[in-house]
Amino acid sequence: MSVTFLGMPADRPFPRNAARAVRDSQLRFNLRKATRTIRARRASVVAEAPDWAELREAGRAIKEHTLRNLDEYLVRLEESVTAAGGHVHWAADATEANRIVAGLVKATGETEVVKVKSMVTQEIGLNEALLEQGITAYETDLAELIVQLGDDRPSHILVPAIHRNRAEIREIFAEHMSGWGRPAPEDLTDEPAALAEAARLHLRERFLKTKVAISGANFAIAETGTLVVLESEGNGRMCLTLPRTLISVVGIEKVLPTWRDLEVFLQLLPRSSTGERMNPYTSMWTGAAEGQEFHLVLLDNGRTGVLADEVGRQALRCIRCSACLNVCPVYERVGGHSYGSVYPGPIGAILTPQLRGMGSELDRSLPYASSLCGACYEVCPVAIDIPSVLVDLRSRARHPWPERAGMAAAGWVLERSGRLARLQRAGARLRRLVPRRLPGPLGGWTDTRDLPEVPKESFRDWWDRTDGGRR
Amino acid sequence: MRVALFVTCVNDTLFPDTGRAVVRLLRRLGVEVDFPRAQTCCGQMHANTGYRDEAVRLARRSVAALRGYDAVVVPSGSCAAMIREQYPKLAGSSGPFADAVAQVVPKTYELTEFLIDVLGTTDVGAYFPHRVTYHPTCHSLRGIHLGDRPLTLLRQVKGLELVPLPGAEECCGFGGTFALKNADASAAMCADKVRAVLDTGAEVLCAADNSCLMHIGGMLGRQKSGVRVTHLAEILCSTETAGVR
Repeated sequence: MSVTFLGMPADRPFPRNAARAVRDSQLRFNLRKATRTIRARRASVVAEAPDWAELREAGRAIKEHTLRNLDEYLVRLEESVTAAGGHVHWAADATEANRIVAGLVKATGETEVVKVKSMVTQEIGLNEALLEQGITAYETDLAELIVQLGDDRPSHILVPAIHRNRAEIREIFAEHMSGWGRPAPEDLTDEPAALAEAARLHLRERFLKTKVAISGANFAIAETGTLVVLESEGNGRMCLTLPRTLISVVGIEKVLPTWRDLEVFLQLLPRSSTGERMNPYTSMWTGAAEGQEFHLVLLDNGRTGVLADEVGRQALRCIRCSACLNVCPVYERVGGHSYGSVYPGPIGAILTPQLRGMGSELDRSLPYASSLCGACYEVCPVAIDIPSVLVDLRSRARHPWPERAGMAAAGWVLERSGRLARLQRAGARLRRLVPRRLPGPLGGWTDTRDLPEVPKESFRDWWDRTDGGRR
Repeated sequence: MRVALFVTCVNDTLFPDTGRAVVRLLRRLGVEVDFPRAQTCCGQMHANTGYRDEAVRLARRSVAALRGYDAVVVPSGSCAAMIREQYPKLAGSSGPFADAVAQVVPKTYELTEFLIDVLGTTDVGAYFPHRVTYHPTCHSLRGIHLGDRPLTLLRQVKGLELVPLPGAEECCGFGGTFALKNADASAAMCADKVRAVLDTGAEVLCAADNSCLMHIGGMLGRQKSGVRVTHLAEILCSTETAGVR
C-alpha cells in the first residue's frame, strides 16, 4: 500500500517544531492578532443566531448520516454529474489523483492552469506533481498567491498566509511577482489596498489567458450533481467560469445527499470560518456548462480507512471552517507549520495521524499537540468531539519506554492506597531535597516554573491523625 | 446525608490544605463528611496520556471506594469531569463496572455544584479581605459546565474584592502531561495567563483546580510576582475568627 501524502514533509516531532515557532516573536504577534480578531468576529455572529445549537445539531446529523451511507451517495453523485454532462474519475490516493489531473490537463494541450484555493489539492501536492509534467499551476486566492510567490507553505485552513504581515507581503510581491506574470508596481507600498490592487492586476491578466482551471469544492450534492464553492474574493468565480476546461478535485467526504441539506451548511460555514453572516461569493455548478468541459476527481487518500474507525470517523464531518484553529491556544502560539500537514490545528491533530497513520515521530506526536482544553469542540459547527478523538488516538500510539516505565510506576503506586501513603511519607521526609530544576524530560517544566513545596503531611495522614479534624 | 470526599491525588499529596478546607467548610454547613480511605487517583493522567488499561484499573478502584454514599464531593473540576465524562466511556454499556459507574456518576459533584445545587446556598459565611481574581479552568468550564457558580459564591464572601480576569476562558497550558511533552508551547500559554493575572492587580488568584494553580503559581513564583494562588475552597472556608491553617 502506498503511503498517504498530506502535502508537507513529516520529519520532526511536533514539540520540536513548536519550540522553534514559539521563539519567533513576529510569528507569535501575527498569529495572536489574526486569530483573536477572527475569533471575536465568529463569537459575535454565532451569538446572534438564535438557533445555532439546532443548526449545529442538524449539521452534525446530516454529515453523520451521509458518512454512514457514503457508498450510496457517491454512486448517486457520479450518476448525477454524468447525466449533467460531466466526467467522473475515482482516485484512491494522491499519486492516482495527480496522474488523472495531469493527464486531463495534457489532453487540452495547455501547460498553464489557474487554481481556486483548495485544501485537497494542497493535500495531494498537486502543484508540485503538475510541475514535474511541465504544467505550471497559478494560485489565484490572495493568500495562496502570497504563499506561492514566497515559496512558502500554507499555515492555516482559511488564511493560508496568516503567518505573514503586510510588510512581508509587500516584499514578496515586489520581489517575486515578475517571475510569475505581471510584476508589482514600482512604487508598491504595504497599504492593504495597494497590495490588493497589485494582486488584482496580476491575477486579472492570468485569468484572461488561461484555459484550464482546477478547483476543490466545499460541498457536492448527490441529488443534483451540483458542486459548491464558498469564497470571499471573486477569484474563485473567475476560475470556475472563464476557462474552457474545469477540473474539480473533491474529497469523498464532501458529498451531501440533497439540495435542501445545503441550507444548513450555508449558515454554519461562513459564520464559523470568516465570522460573516454570509460569504461574498457562493458559486454552484452542475456538470458541464455550454462550451466547457467538466471533470470531477473524487479522492479517497486514506478517508475510507478513517471511516472504518468508530471514534475517529467523526473527523470526516469537518467542513474546513478553521474555527478550531482560531480558538486553539496551542495553534495560536505555535502556528500551522508545526503540524507538518496541510491540516493544522486541532482538526489536523486528529485528521493527519488518521489519514497518514502513526508511523513517523511527527504523526505520533500530533495527538499530544493539545492541552485538551475543549475549546475546539465547543466551536466546531458539526460538533466533532476533538478532545475525545485525541485521547483515543493517544491510547493507540506507541509510547516511548521512559514514559511507559513512569506511567507503570505511577499506576503501581496508585493501585493501593497504602503504597500512595508510604510514598507521600517518604516525600515529606525528603521534602527539603527536592531540586529546583528537575532532570531529563521533566526539566521543561521547571525551566520556567517553581515546583510547589511538598507539605509536611499528606491529607490522608492528617485525616488519620486528627480523626478527620475532630481532634 | 452521607457525603464522601474524593480529595484527588494531587490535593492529597501536594495540597492537603484544600482537603482540610473542604472538610471544615462542609462541616460548618452541617454536612457529615467521610474520607473513604481506599481512594487514590481518578486515573485522568493515565487516560489522557493514552494509558487506557491503567486508567480503567484506577477508575474501578475509585468507583468501588465511592459507591454507597449519597453524594461524592470533588474539589477539582478536572477530576469531576474525569469521573462524569470519561468513566462511562471506560466502563462500556454493561457489566458490574458499568453499573457501579452509573450509580456514582449522577451523585458526583464538584464542590461549588454541591454547595449551590445540593445545599442550595450561595453565602457560606466566609470572610476574605483581599483583592481576588478567578481563573475558570478548562475542565470546570467546558468539561462540567460550572458556569458562574464559583463567582456567585465569591461575590458573597465578606471583604473580598472580585476583579475580572482578562481572557479568563483561555487555557493556562497545564493539561497534565501536556506541560511536560510540549513544554515550550505550555510555557508560552502560561506566560500569557500570568501577564493577564498581573494586569488585574489582584493579590490572590483562585480556581477550582490546584493542578492549574500549581502551573500558573509556579510561574508567578519564579517571577517573584507576589501574587498568591489559592484553591477556591480555602477562600470559602476562611472566616473572621479562623483561617484555614
